[in-house]
Formats: sequence, C-alpha cells, structure tokens
Amino acid sequence: MLSIKGLRVAFRTRHGEVNAVNGIDFDVAKGERLGIVGESGSGKSVTSYALMRILDAGGRIKAGDAIYSGIDLRNASERDMRDIRGREISMIFQNPRAALNPIRKVGHQIEDVLRRHSRATRHNAKTKAIEALEAVKIRDAATRYEAYPFELSGGMCQRIVIALALACDPKLIIADEPTTGLDITTQKAVMDLVDDLVRARGMSSILITHDLGLASQYCDRIVVMKDGLIVEAGDPVELFTNPQHAYTRKLVHATPRRIGTIRSLLPEGERSDLEPHIISEKPLIDVINLSKTYQGKSGPVHAVKKISFTIHEGESVGLVGESGCGKSTTSSMLVRLLDSTSGSIFYRGEDIATLPAADFAKHPLRPKIQMVFQDATDSLNPRFTARQAIADPLYRLMGMRGDDVIERTKELAEMTGFPAHLLDRFPHQLSGGQKARVGIARALASEPDFLILDEPTAALDVSIQALVLNLLADLRSRLGISYLFVSHDLNVVRLLCDHVIVMQNGSIVESGPVATVMENPKHPYTCELLSAAPQAPERDIA
Amino acid sequence: MAARGTSVLTRIAQAIPVLFGVIVISFVLTRALPGDPAVQFAGIMATPETIEETRVKLGLDKPMPEQFVIYLGQLFQGDLGQSVSTGRPVVTELASRLPASLELTLSALILSCVVAVPLGVLAATRPGSWIDQICRLLVTMGVSLPTFFTGVMLIYIFYYLLGISPSPLGRLDFVYLDPPHVTGFFLIDAAVDGDWETWFGALKQLVLPAVTLALFTLAPIARMTRAAMLSALSSDYIRTARAAGLGSGRILYGYAFRNALLPVVTTLGMVFSFVLGANVLVEKVFAWPGIGSYAVEALIVSDYAAVQGFVLSMAFLFVFLNLLIDLAYSLIDPRFGTSGK
Amino acid sequence: MNKILSSVAKTSAPEAPSPTIAIPTKSKAKSGALGHLIYVLRENPVTALAFIMFGVMVIAAVFGPYIVPYDPLATDSDSVLQPPSFSHWFGTDNLGRDVFSRVVVATRLDLVISVAAVALSFMIGSFLGAIAGYRGGWTDITLNRVLDTIMAFPLFVLAMGVVAALGNSIANIIYATAIINIPFYARLVRAEVNIRRNAGFTLAAKLSGNSDARILAFHIFPNALPPMMVQVSLNLGWAILNAAGLSFIGLGVRPPTPEWGIMVAEGANFIVSGEWWLALFPGLSLMVAVLTFNLMGDGLRDIVDPRRRT
Repeated sequence: MLSIKGLRVAFRTRHGEVNAVNGIDFDVAKGERLGIVGESGSGKSVTSYALMRILDAGGRIKAGDAIYSGIDLRNASERDMRDIRGREISMIFQNPRAALNPIRKVGHQIEDVLRRHSRATRHNAKTKAIEALEAVKIRDAATRYEAYPFELSGGMCQRIVIALALACDPKLIIADEPTTGLDITTQKAVMDLVDDLVRARGMSSILITHDLGLASQYCDRIVVMKDGLIVEAGDPVELFTNPQHAYTRKLVHATPRRIGTIRSLLPEGERSDLEPHIISEKPLIDVINLSKTYQGKSGPVHAVKKISFTIHEGESVGLVGESGCGKSTTSSMLVRLLDSTSGSIFYRGEDIATLPAADFAKHPLRPKIQMVFQDATDSLNPRFTARQAIADPLYRLMGMRGDDVIERTKELAEMTGFPAHLLDRFPHQLSGGQKARVGIARALASEPDFLILDEPTAALDVSIQALVLNLLADLRSRLGISYLFVSHDLNVVRLLCDHVIVMQNGSIVESGPVATVMENPKHPYTCELLSAAPQAPERDIA
Repeated sequence: MAARGTSVLTRIAQAIPVLFGVIVISFVLTRALPGDPAVQFAGIMATPETIEETRVKLGLDKPMPEQFVIYLGQLFQGDLGQSVSTGRPVVTELASRLPASLELTLSALILSCVVAVPLGVLAATRPGSWIDQICRLLVTMGVSLPTFFTGVMLIYIFYYLLGISPSPLGRLDFVYLDPPHVTGFFLIDAAVDGDWETWFGALKQLVLPAVTLALFTLAPIARMTRAAMLSALSSDYIRTARAAGLGSGRILYGYAFRNALLPVVTTLGMVFSFVLGANVLVEKVFAWPGIGSYAVEALIVSDYAAVQGFVLSMAFLFVFLNLLIDLAYSLIDPRFGTSGK
Repeated sequence: MNKILSSVAKTSAPEAPSPTIAIPTKSKAKSGALGHLIYVLRENPVTALAFIMFGVMVIAAVFGPYIVPYDPLATDSDSVLQPPSFSHWFGTDNLGRDVFSRVVVATRLDLVISVAAVALSFMIGSFLGAIAGYRGGWTDITLNRVLDTIMAFPLFVLAMGVVAALGNSIANIIYATAIINIPFYARLVRAEVNIRRNAGFTLAAKLSGNSDARILAFHIFPNALPPMMVQVSLNLGWAILNAAGLSFIGLGVRPPTPEWGIMVAEGANFIVSGEWWLALFPGLSLMVAVLTFNLMGDGLRDIVDPRRRT
C-alpha cells in the first residue's frame, strides 16, 4: 500500500544542508502495523513528516520515491496532498495538548476536518463529530464536544487527537510518539485504543517510537533507524531474540524488562562483574507519618498522606508512582527543600523534619543528604562549566580551596566517568549522558551517605540510560551509599533497587522487597502498573 | 461560560484598586510640588494674601490624610480645581477639548491597525520576501522616528513643498464654521449635519496629524503581528491541522490568525500608552486643540491644577482602554481568567 | 590510568596551556564569547554598523565640544538662517548659530540623560524585581500592585506630571524617565528570576550549601542578564525619545542649551516658511541615535537567543 524507496530528506540550516534521512526503503502492506524505532536524532519523525509533506520550512525531500496506492506522494500537487491528508493518511502527534488549537472547541476542530473532506454537512456535522468522539470511547461525548483543550487531561486530549485523525476513515495512520509525556497506565489505554481501532477498521499503521518494547508489543514488523538509515528490519520476536546489527543488539540489551540484571543492559563484552553492595540492619532514614498539605484554591490538597517507611544503610529503595502521586513531594521533603506539614524524618535517629528547609543549607547534615535531579539540562546552571558545577559544593559545603578543589573535581569526574578534558565546557556543549554524569558528580561531591535519584534517566535515550544505571550501581558498591530511586518505571526500579514502595494519590499502597512485589503484587494498582509497562518478547539473557 | 462571566466581572473589579492607586499617585504628585503648593496653585501673579487664601481654599493647612479625603471628595464631584490661566474649572476645559484628542487618537489607531495587521500577516506568511523586508524596514524605522520630528517633516513636505495640505493649525480652517455639537467629533458631527464641505475640510486637517501618530504606532503592531503569526504558524496545532488536510485559508485565518491575535491585543495596551503620550507631542506640532496641547500650554505658565487634571484624566482614560482590551481578549481566549491571566 | 591522563593532557593542551586551571577557565570563556561576538557581527553587518554608529556617538559625546568648528552658543547676526553651505554644513539658525556644532555638542546631553535614566531604572528595577521574583508571596504582590499603578498612566504623560511636580530641571527629566522605565526592568527581572526560582540548578545550588542571597546573585541573576542587556539597549533609544519629547514641549532643557528635542521645537517654527535645516538635522540625529540603540538591541537579541529573531 505504501512503498518508500531511497528516501532522502535534507534541511537547510545556517551551516549548510544537513541530511536527516539518508536513503531508506520500506513498505507497509494493507492491514500491517509497522514500527519505526530509533533514538533521538535518528530521523524517524522526519520520515513521517516527509511522507505527509508537512516538513518544517527549510526541509525537503531530496531524492527517492514514496508511492501510496499508486499516488506519487513526492510529486503530488499541494491540492492533492490536502485531500490525501486526513482522508487517506492521518497522523497522531506527541504532546497532545499542544497538538490541539487552544482556543477552539474540540468538537469544532473535529467538524473542521469532517467538513473539509466532505464527510459531513453543516447540518449533521455536530452529530458526526460526537460520533467520532464516541468512537474513541470518550464518555459523555456531547459534553466533551463543547470543551476546550485546556479543560481536558493529557490522556483525554490524546483521545481527541486520535478522534481527529480517524474522523475521515483514513487507510493509513501514522502515530508519532503518541504516548510521550503520558503516564504509564494512560499510555497503555491510549495504545490499546489505537490498536483496537486499527484492527477493527482494517487500517495500516506506522508507530514511531523510541521504545523498542512498546513497538514490539503493538507492531507486526519493526524497522530500526539510526542516523537517518535503517539498520535492521524484521519481525519483533526475531529482532529481540536474534538481533543482527550491532546497534540493534545494543538497543535490545538496553531496553529494561522483567528479567535480567542491571549488567545485562550493557552490550555483551562490556559487562564486568558487579561488586555486591552491603545492606546493614541499621536504619539510615526513618520516615514516620510524613504528610504534606497545600492550600489549594478549592480547599486543602493532600499531596502526601501520613506515609512511613525505612531506608537502611547501604540499601536502595525505589519509589514508584505516576505523576501527581506525591513521589516528588516526598523526595523534596526528604532532601529538605520543602517543609513537611506533619510527621518526622529521622536521619540516624535525628529528626530533621523539624528543621526549616530554608535554613538547612547551613546545617551540618546538608552534605550528607543530596539529590540527583530529573532533567540534567535544567539542573545545570547554563553559565557554569562542568568544573564549576562540581566544585560548587566543594567550596560551599566542604570548605575546600585551591588545589584541593582541582584535585577533588578531577577525582569526582573520573569516578563518574566524565571525561576530564571536557571539564571546562558549558552544559550546552555536553551530551545528555555527560550532563547526567556532571549531575551525579556534583551530588557526590559532598560525600553524602543518602542520595535521592529523581528519575535521573527519564530524559535519556535507552542506551545512555543503561550506562547511567550501571554507573549508579557501581558507585553504590564502591561508596556504600543508600539510594532513594524515584521513578515511574517498575522495570527500571527492579534493576537498581532492593526494596520498592508504590505510591498512589499521596499514600503508599504497597511496599516490599523488589522480587516479591514484582512477582506477586498484592495491590490492584501495582498489578495495573506492572501490566501497563510494555512487554518485550523474552530472550535468553547471555 | 459562567466562569468566563465571573472572570470578566473580576477583571472589572480589579480596575478599582488601580484607579485608587492612580488617585494616590496623582495626589502625591500634587503635594510633592517643590516649595509651597499654595504658592504654585495661586499662580505667578499671587500676593501673600491670595496665597494664604488659596492655602485655606485648597485645605493645605489641614493634615495630609484629611487633605486626601477632601481631594477624593472633590474628585467624586468632578472637581479638578480651577485653571489659573483661564479661570475656568479644569474639568470643563478638559471635557470641551477631549473630543478633539479622541478623534485624532482613534483615527490614528484605526489607520495603523488597518495597515499594520495585514502587513504583519503577509510578512509572516512570506518570510524573506520583499513584503517581509518592507515590513522589517518599516518596523525598524517606525520605532526610531520621533513623532514630533515626523510631524514637522510631513508639514514641510505636504504643506510647504507640495502645498496639498492645509496649514497645520487646528481642526478646521477658519473659513469653515464648527459643525453643530453632537459628539464633538467633527467628522461625525459634520456627517450628521450633512455638511460635506465642512466634513472634507475637517478630514484634510486630520490627515497629517493622524498619519504622524499612525506611523509611530504602526511599528509595534506590525512587529507583534508578524512575530505572533510566525510563532502560531510553527506551533503543533497547525501541524495537526495540516496533517488533517485542512485548507490553507482555514489554517491561516481560522487557526493561526485567531491565536496570533491574542498577543497582538495584549500589545495594544502598550500601544495605547505610547499613543496617548505621543498625542501630546503631535497636538503641539499641529496646534490641535485637544487636551494635550492644553496641558502643554498649562505647563508653560505653571498652571499646575490644569496639568494634574490632565494627568489624572489621561490615566483614567488609559485604565478604561486597558479594561476594553482585556474584555476583547476574553472574547477571543476561552482560557481567560482560568490561569495566571 | 596513566594512559587516560596523558591523553587528557594532550587534548587539553592547546586549549589551556597554563597548568593552573581555575584562571584559564574564565579567560577561555571570555575569549569564547568574544569569538562568538565577532562571528555574529560578521554575520550581521547591520548589527556591526549599529555598534560602529554607537562608537561614533560616544566619541561625539566625549570630544564634541573640542572638535566642532563653531561655538554652539555664539550668535552671529550677519549669517542668520543660512541654508547648509560649505562653511556651515547644517546651515545656521535664526540667531546665526551653527546648527552642525549645536547638533554635535547636543549628543553629550542627550546621551547623559538617557544613560543616567536607564542606569537608574536598571538598578532599582532589577533589585526590586529580583527580590519579588525570588521571594514571591506578599513582596511580589505588593510590587506588582505598585508597578500596575505606574503602568496605569500613559508613561509619557506620567513623566510630564512628574517633571511638573518636581520642577523643571534636567535632573528631574532624568528621574521622570527613570521612574517610567522601572516597571519594564522590574517585570522582566521578576519573570526571569521567577522561572528559575524552582529550576533544577537553583535547587541543586541550595543542596550545595548556597545561601539565598548567593543563589540570587551568582546563580540566577547572571542568567537573567542577557535579556536585560537587550532591554537596556532598546530602552536607551526610548529614553532618548522620551527626554527629547519632554524638552520639545518645553520641559527640562532650556534654551539656549543645545539639545536635539528643543532644537526641533525651535526649528518647527521656521518649517512653515521653508527653513527645513533647523529641524531636520537635530531630528535626524535623534532618529539615528534611537535607530542605533534599537538595532543594537535587535543584534544583541540575536546574539543572546537566535531563536527569538523577529
């Protein structure tokens, strides 16, 4: 149905022409579900924009053919393309809230599409639009029709985007990272919905994603892209069990799953033995009945409700939950950036919850409790070099001066695997993985014995995530620190943690040793989280 | 919908503390006069007796809070004091001159919007084209032109060199009689009266000052329209609309332009501020009998009551215009009043 | 280990020849920024031209009185209202004074007024804005109320009122211009500080043991500076226009002091009889000065953030 041959896409930039796609071939058969998988910058999204001919200004198809049902998409007139878009080929975008016109009722936006493609007249447009909303299982569609995007949740917005894309019964649907930014359970609901509709209507689909696990679950065939080229294509199970290309192998290994150790994320041959970390019986952190209540506009908001847990010396605890469950609030209180409403936090028997967060910067325990932030880019001062970022706590907390600082900075860089010759670079001159290492080095500078890791790998590509997770595991064995690892992904938590706490709506719904919780979850919410995580086909762990 | 109604009412209520603040500043400015305010208010020709008389009359011998209450009371009665130079109440003077200023300001604003918005849209839809270049040039030159200088040069070209515009003195050449007072806007009054000769005469007088003011306000509006249009066109929802096959007219006007209007409407607030200020200068250049030139004359003869009355009434006018802008905004943006706005 | 270290030394050698590390960091950053500046100026000839014109203006302001051919205040009843000629490039005015000399000498006064006003409002505005943006809460609300009230006046009109109240002098023109500019800086800094108040790097700085004052001064404020510099440049142009406008209506500067605004005002009386040079040259200088600042501002915006080009 769709056939791509030798497709090349280039962008004009200030530094001359840059090739984003360097000659790729693939076909999509009728009813087939194709997955295009690649890390950021692999050219996967650009490919889909090129097919729809909606490339940004400066982008153009340089060479190759794209034939859809006998129509040459590359040379079709803009008028013909407009008829094809929405009626023959449709697209679902990432970041659904931004993908909808913010000041137009969602129902009217669907009507616009229906009427453009003559699927509705002025008189029946509203009925048809409501039908389209019902098709994506939106309850109370007649009310939602009147809503503006800002009044709807992210998941609901994505349903609207899907309704918009499917309103005119296209034959091919392209989903470009449709679940990025959505919670894991919402992600599953959205993916299941799209999949059901695609199957029920006999459409073809192209799923563009960075998540190999997700693609393997929802696609019949996968192509793997890197640097604008297809490195491997094939059946998902085949791809997972017997990857041919080195890059695919690396990607397959790096994808977290239900089995395997943290070392198996790394390519074979790079897996050294992991030193075991020693967990003592002595509690390091004891949280008792910790609560946080905000004054909201419509009454108090209980972000965290009387939670209690213990972290032993040397232990790693995972804190899992979806956005808004209170896990970030909890970690902010533990690291003393936020005052609690009630409850205690004992650090080696001393209650630190009673000390105001504003004064904690000068407290002798400040060096001992540190944090690695979620977004490495955001957590580094754009005007500080890597060296200055790492040295800041040395000056402020350790009282070091002069050569000691230089020595120690170098040592920390080496410890976290940050190349010493890059120390004088600014954050924008560093890659994502390097920035993450600077963030870790800075947190370790004051020799903490409790480190909070707030989704430290959420913004990273999986292959980088694999490296950073392993670095964290090594550091733990070497330095004997305790971790509180905050994450939404149980599969990642499993790899690094001994103990796991699951939070929902500000309360702890389940906690226990990682293996027990993963294999034998008690609470329905834990089960839901586990089943929502994309399941990659199992393979032998070498 | 009900929420929006509430937020509109909230917005109107918010204007009250601002107005109060304006009155406070105006009061402070009045009392902050260097030297003895009574001396200033009594005028240049004052004798010690008249100064003392003025002091008692203005209540300047009373404590500050009491003075403020008296000041408030006077304001509520519409009393802005007496003009020293003309001897008439400041309010009457301002009221009789306000229509002239409004006629000039509004014609200039309409003129500049009619030119600037389409120009900005065209420039944004054809980046790099000749129209884009013209837009950039106009924008850069426009913000750099001192209004009073533009006015003077336009007079030189169109009055002295070409001789196609009338002498730059006021709203109507002395050969015509003022049209019967209905709104105070000469163009409207003359049209109501059916006196097209006077209408044309008033228009000829209005063109140069209006163009001068419009040239000044053109730049910020065109600049903002272009920028807002560019950012709207590169947004995600436009991509969605394109991917759904919507026509280019629908995308450009139904989707991009309506969204781009929001920042443009917001900019209008700033433009009003500029235009009301520039109005003073243009009125002086063209001897336009509005409140601006009244204030300038009052400044020269140190007629402080008149100046303060002018400042206060301009502030009230501006607060009112800003209110209108926000209400217009609330019509376009359904999010009005729901978040930070 | 040794191998790694030696390779490190090799790669870093050309960049940092000095063995002490802390100092080259700074100088290198500077030369990097300077290199970037030169690159940008080469790419944008218009911005380069603006910087050159700014240089010319500064020279005229500093050396103006020493290089002009005539005394700007000397009247000459023999050559009154002469059109531009070889001996009087910009002609003479109604008192026979040389317009060129007056225009050049006026540069200093106009620049001083605008620079002083902008510097004042920059300092006061950014101090208030930074505190309000960082502390939030009541401080923030109070400041916003005050700024709202100032902004509720048409700004030029407020400046008129302030000068009228404080007295008709050049110093008061500066104060008035500063007052009406404060809201711009305070709002800008407040916004810039506010978005960074809970940024990761601010929290990280707290964890690193920095006090609030230190975080504000060394971590947040430097990041807010680039947009501020753009604002300063654009504001200078506006401040000049404003000051000239005030003197045009007879406030502040008094004749016979040479100043562009008042010269245009004086020239305007002769425009209807065709003596165009009296108003044209001071008006043009004013325009060129404002244009220079605006182009510099646009150029700086490009340097600071190439994406925000308009």
